Amino acid sequence: MQQNDLLFRSLGDPTRRRLFECLCIEGEQTVRALTQRAGVSQPAVSKHLIVLKNAGLVVGQARGRETIYTARQVGLRPLLEWADHMTQFWEVKFDRLDEVLKRMDQ
Amino acid sequence: MTGDAEEMTVVAVERDFAHPVERVWRAIAQPEILSEWLLKNDFRPEVGHRFKFRAEWGEIDCKVVEVEPHRRLAYKWSALDVETVVTFTLEPIPNGTRLRMEQIGFRPDQKQARGGAKGGWSGFFDNLQDTLDSQ
Repeated sequence: MQQNDLLFRSLGDPTRRRLFECLCIEGEQTVRALTQRAGVSQPAVSKHLIVLKNAGLVVGQARGRETIYTARQVGLRPLLEWADHMTQFWEVKFDRLDEVLKRMDQ
Repeated sequence: MTGDAEEMTVVAVERDFAHPVERVWRAIAQPEILSEWLLKNDFRPEVGHRFKFRAEWGEIDCKVVEVEPHRRLAYKWSALDVETVVTFTLEPIPNGTRLRMEQIGFRPDQKQARGGAKGGWSGFFDNLQDTLDSQ
């Protein structure tokens, strides 16, 4: 669950989500290109990218003097599995709620 | 880029119940009734109240963040290292009550949870789900 925590926290920041989303939609990018769109400083973008990398959501590759980042969409899988699990949990609970409401009627 | 998606609905379950809003509210706001369908708890419908749900696999630490009788109830829900906010919304419909449960994650702490999925990111998330499903 530690990895899930890392993953969820990494997506807890809207700037990081936008960076990740940008990489998903537009493919690999340099830190410089990402900085131009992010509206924050290059060091801040680099820091966000490291958090995303530690969470398994992006990979960085040195190319010359620049680092190219690529989204790793499969890194989101634990999150999707968690969401599926919780949806099932609530569906089952709502079934039981329906029974309880009927009993309250009597 | 989808702009200012500040929060993200991860889980949403909605169902129509053939019971009046007042009764559905009691079922989510009275701890003894709540424990009959959800989990054992020491909940109180008071903003700021800290409580726990007790499941077979462990405890869920919660804190009430919003109480609007017969309309809206929200609490922080921290389990297995993941912190989310669970929000129930009740809406009267001709034959009863529409109950919606949203579990929102990735929300900056200082922001109040507001119901309703934000378009951009949520849509993006759905697309990703499809992408991953097809892999």
